[in-house]
Amino acid sequence: MCGIVGLFLKDDAMKPQLGEMLSAMLITMTDRGPDSAGIAIYGDESKGMTKLTIQSEQPDVDFPALEKHLNDHANLNSKTLNIIAKDTHAVMSVADAEGDMILGIIKNQFPTIRIMSQGQSIEIYKEVGLPKDVVSRFALAQAGGSHGIGHTRMATESAVTTLGAHPFSTGQDQCLVHNGSLSNHNMMRRNLRAEGIDIQTENDSEVAAAYLTARMSDGETLGEALTSGLNDLDGFFTFVVGTKTGFGVLRDPIACKPAVMAETDAYVAFGSEYRALVNLPAIEAARVWEPEPAEVYFWSH
Amino acid sequence: MMTTIDLTEQGLRYLNETLQQQSAGTNQQDWTIINPRGSHAIAVGLDAPIQVTVNGSTGYYCGGMNKQATIMVKGSAGPGVAENMTSGMVVVEGDASQYAGATGHGGTLVIRGNAASRCGISMKGIDIIVAGNIGHMSAFMAQKGNLVVLGDAGEALGDSLYEARLYVRGSVKSLGADCIEKDMKDEHIKQLAELLERADMDADPASFRRYGSARQLYHFDVDNVSAY
Repeated sequence: MCGIVGLFLKDDAMKPQLGEMLSAMLITMTDRGPDSAGIAIYGDESKGMTKLTIQSEQPDVDFPALEKHLNDHANLNSKTLNIIAKDTHAVMSVADAEGDMILGIIKNQFPTIRIMSQGQSIEIYKEVGLPKDVVSRFALAQAGGSHGIGHTRMATESAVTTLGAHPFSTGQDQCLVHNGSLSNHNMMRRNLRAEGIDIQTENDSEVAAAYLTARMSDGETLGEALTSGLNDLDGFFTFVVGTKTGFGVLRDPIACKPAVMAETDAYVAFGSEYRALVNLPAIEAARVWEPEPAEVYFWSH
Repeated sequence: MMTTIDLTEQGLRYLNETLQQQSAGTNQQDWTIINPRGSHAIAVGLDAPIQVTVNGSTGYYCGGMNKQATIMVKGSAGPGVAENMTSGMVVVEGDASQYAGATGHGGTLVIRGNAASRCGISMKGIDIIVAGNIGHMSAFMAQKGNLVVLGDAGEALGDSLYEARLYVRGSVKSLGADCIEKDMKDEHIKQLAELLERADMDADPASFRRYGSARQLYHFDVDNVSAY
């Protein structure tokens, strides 16, 4: 199984409640997958700054060490870094120009720190455990933003670990969550790695995320990349994909994995089941429908 | 006398136990379920001629294994609505998700909106009437019963069909293996008129096309025709 939720706000006045609504939606999907849970939130951005979401099993040791290392680093201008841990995660705000360099330092010198996401707007929080616990550990009900995606996992294709949880991010401000299983992910992982795409796990869903990142770096729009995916990705899937400006939905042509959508003047919402949507404002008056198989849906700000 | 059950307050186990305990002579003929909120398995396994109205949308398997009861969903239904029904009637006012009426042995399923993929998969005698469209692979391996569609049908309609009858008014995107168009004879017009009347739907039976099995894929023997 697995449960997916997504919320894209059209009404800016609702932005402060994004995390609260998305968290509640995710908790209703707990029985679709109790192994691990995660949320990607597209929140405020500051000009010229990149957000890095990092994770460590030993945040008390790793984060102060990284902070000190970077603030002491001769070649960095980001000298006033203040890494504030949120449980096992932290969001660092660094100058755009120094993002890649800092990522390199983390990868090479802090092997126990994992990169969850990078981008101007995206933040990803994911851990092993029930949605209610994950949501509360990271205070996600207090998070604001323009759109977000959540996932609760029942593992099939790879181990129950933090890095095996969704959402997967393989490109700046991009993320993907998946309900289903892919059958050609090993071959595709080899091909994508050969193209130079960084894939961290043996998980099939990360390959789908990396595939879309590769197509978009070839110049395709998200919509075009999703359409390409229908030809290249073999298996069962309902995907919800986030970018800086919006989110997209795609189901495979067989469409075994459930999906329900709702749209009002204020929002577009996705749920694996209608249960996930019942508490949204004015849901009784929303247009509610099941997305068609093999059809690309996309909303953007 | 109408009895109301609040699903949020009283819970699914109470709801189903209470409804399943009703017998043919019960005084409590009319039931209303409020706050269904997309819950799974609402009003399943009923076996009494009672009327159940669900005020809202339901999740998986609403009205599953129904016998005798009339269940009205005032909203949309999740996957597997009226799955394996044997008699009675289930009416969905909105849309139905995938495999509506799957494996049903009898009774009537009416969907006033659209039905998604695999509608009537492996149906074994149920009558399904859909006012809107149906999705791909509908009536896959359907053995017996009638599927009536006032709108269009998706890909691979009636794949590996046995002796169920499929009536479609709109377009059919493609027919599945061993499914062919067949003549509309007087007996079919008459049967379709009865089905449409039962579903309270206004459509001219003569405007439908009939599809059935070419009987090339399975071992059809005319001596067994009365079994269907």
